[in-house]
Amino acid sequence: MIEVKNLVKRYGDHNAVDHLSFTVGDGQIFGFLGPNGAGKSTTMNMMTGYLAATEGDVIVEGHNVLDDPEGAKKCIGYLPEIPPLYPDMTVMEYLRFCAELKKIDKDDRENQIGKAIALTHLEDMVNRLIKNLSKGYRQRVGLAQAILGFPKIIILDEPTVGLDPKQVVEIRALIRHLAEEHTVIISSHILSEIRAVCDHVLIIRKGKFVACDTPENLEEMLSSSDQMELLAKGSEETVEQILMTVDGIQRHTFTEHTDDTVRMTLATSGDLREALFFAFAKANCPLLEIKPRMASLEDVFLDLTDDDDAVAAEAAKLLKREPAAEEIPAQEVPAAEETEKKEGKSDESNL
Amino acid sequence: MKAIYKREVSSYFNSMIGWLFIAILTVFIGIYFMAYNLFGGKPYFSDALSATLFVFMVIIPILTMRSMAEERRSKTDQLLLTSPASIGSVILGKYFALLTVFLVPVAVSCLCPIIIKLNGTAYLKADYATIFAFFLLGAVEIAVGLLLSSLTESQIIAAVSTFGILLVMYLWNGLVGYLPTTAVGSLVGLIIVVVVICFLLNLLASDWKITGTVGAFAVAIIVGLYLRDSSKFESLLPNALGKFSLLNAFDSFASDHVFDLSGMLLYLSLIALLLFLTNQVLQKRRWN
Repeated sequence: MIEVKNLVKRYGDHNAVDHLSFTVGDGQIFGFLGPNGAGKSTTMNMMTGYLAATEGDVIVEGHNVLDDPEGAKKCIGYLPEIPPLYPDMTVMEYLRFCAELKKIDKDDRENQIGKAIALTHLEDMVNRLIKNLSKGYRQRVGLAQAILGFPKIIILDEPTVGLDPKQVVEIRALIRHLAEEHTVIISSHILSEIRAVCDHVLIIRKGKFVACDTPENLEEMLSSSDQMELLAKGSEETVEQILMTVDGIQRHTFTEHTDDTVRMTLATSGDLREALFFAFAKANCPLLEIKPRMASLEDVFLDLTDDDDAVAAEAAKLLKREPAAEEIPAQEVPAAEETEKKEGKSDESNL
Repeated sequence: MKAIYKREVSSYFNSMIGWLFIAILTVFIGIYFMAYNLFGGKPYFSDALSATLFVFMVIIPILTMRSMAEERRSKTDQLLLTSPASIGSVILGKYFALLTVFLVPVAVSCLCPIIIKLNGTAYLKADYATIFAFFLLGAVEIAVGLLLSSLTESQIIAAVSTFGILLVMYLWNGLVGYLPTTAVGSLVGLIIVVVVICFLLNLLASDWKITGTVGAFAVAIIVGLYLRDSSKFESLLPNALGKFSLLNAFDSFASDHVFDLSGMLLYLSLIALLLFLTNQVLQKRRWN
C-alpha cells in the first residue's frame, strides 16, 4: 500500500506537483492519467525516492520514503520514463548488476533473473550488448529490471511508449499478470492504455488532484445524464411553449434550426425523456430525436485536463455530484457516435 | 556498494578509459624511472615519482569525468538512487572502483625499487613510503574529480574544471607566496576566505540565515582577535593556506625521506571531506 499525503514539489515559484493526496491499495492496477507536463513523472520520482518532496509524505508499506528510504525502496521496482540502462553491458550482466543492487539473495538471484527474463521474453537477447538493442527491447530490459526480485509495488512510467502494437499488447498482458500478486502503478497520457489495464485511475492536471476512482465510476459520475439534446419539428416559439409545460427543465439553448426543425440542448434535473415525449405528443409536435449526452472517459479526460481553467473547473463540478447509476440509460448508439466524434481530438492531444 | 564497485571496474576495463589511464601513467613512470634511475644513476625511485606527478593533472580528469556526469546524463542515476543502496554506498563504490584502476600503475611501479636494488644500493623504505604517498595524493585528486563530476551533466565541463582545480593545487605554493604578509592583509584575506566558505556552504544548505550568522560570527571573532593582538596576524594568511599545500606533504616523503604523518592525515581528511561533499551534492540535487 502506498499513501501519498499532501505532496508538493516546487521548482522556483512553480508547483510541479500541488498538494496531491491519494492511496493505492494492495493488488490494484493504479493508473496516473494526465496530459504531458501534468506532474506524473515528478510524482513517481518522489514516490520512489529519486526526488525529495518539498512538502508532504509518501508512505510505502509503512516506510516513509524520507525517513527510511532503504526500507521503502526495497518494496518498489521502478521503470522510469527513460529506461536506466548501461549501454556497455549485456542484458545478462545488467540484470545481474540490478539483482545485486536490489540486494536479492545470492542463491535466489539466477532464479529471479530467469523469471524476469521469461516474463519479458528476453531469452534471445541475454548476451547482446544493450547498446545494440532496439527501443522496444530496451524498454523490456528496463521492465525486467523493474520486476526483478518481484517487489510488492511495481511502478512503471509510460511503459508502452515506443513499442509496436504487438509489444503493447504483450506488456499489457504482463501488467495484468503482475497485478495478480503485486500492486502496479502505471502512468500514461494515453487514455485507452489506462482504460485497458487499470482498475483505478488518478487524473492529474497541472500537478493538482482532479479525480480518483474506477474508470466506470468516473464515467458514470461525469456522464452528463442531465443534459440532453432534442430535435423537434416545429418553430422555436412552439417548442419553447411546449418546454414551459414540462417541469424540471432548468435551461434550454437552441443550437441550430432549419426551416421546420429546431435542435436544442436542455439542462434538466433527472430523467425527463418520458415527460418530454408526452408533452410533445400532446402538442402534436413531432419529436425527431432525444439524445442523452453520455460522456465517454475520453471526453471526461479531455474536459478535466483542458488547458483552459474554466473548462476544467466546469468538468470537475460534475465530480461533486453523487453518481446516479440507475438513471443512466443504455443509449449505445449515440454514445458511440460521441466517442467517434471526439476521437480525432484525442489523437491530437496524444501527440 | 559491491555491485556498483564491480560494475564500475568492469566498465573502466571494458572501455578505453581504464586502459588508457593505466598505460599513460605506467609509461610516464617508466620514462622517468629510466631517465632518473637507470640512466641518471639516482638511487631514489622517489625522484622519478615526483617528476611524474604532473601527469596526474591531465589523466585524472579524464579518468573521473564520466563517473557521475555520465550517470546523470543518461538518467541511469535513477536506477542507483531508487535502489535500496544508499547514496553514500553509491559514491564509495564508484570511488573505490576509481582507486582500483589507479592502483594498477601504482602496483607496477612497486617493481622499480626492486630493480634498483638488484643493480646496487636502494632505499626501499623511503621509496615504498613515497609510492604510498603517491597513491594517497592521486586518491585526493581522484576525489576532486569525483566531486566535480557530480556537479555537472557534461563530461567535458567535469574534466576541464578538474584540470583547473588540480592546476591550482600544483601551483599552490607559488600562489601562496604572492599573498600579502602584513597583518592587515591577513585580516582582509581571512575575511575573504570566510566569506567564500560561507558562500559555498550556502550552496549546500540554501539557507542564508544560518550561513550568514555563522559567517558573521567567524568574521567577528577574526576581527576581535585582530584588535587584541594584530602582531599575530603577520603572515598568518600565507602560513595558514600554505598548510594546505598538497605537494609539501608529498615532498617530505619524496625529497626529505620522512614519513610525514600530518601530511598523510591531511590527504585522508581531504578525501573524506571531498567524498562527503559529493554525497551532499547528490543529496541536494534531490531537493531542487
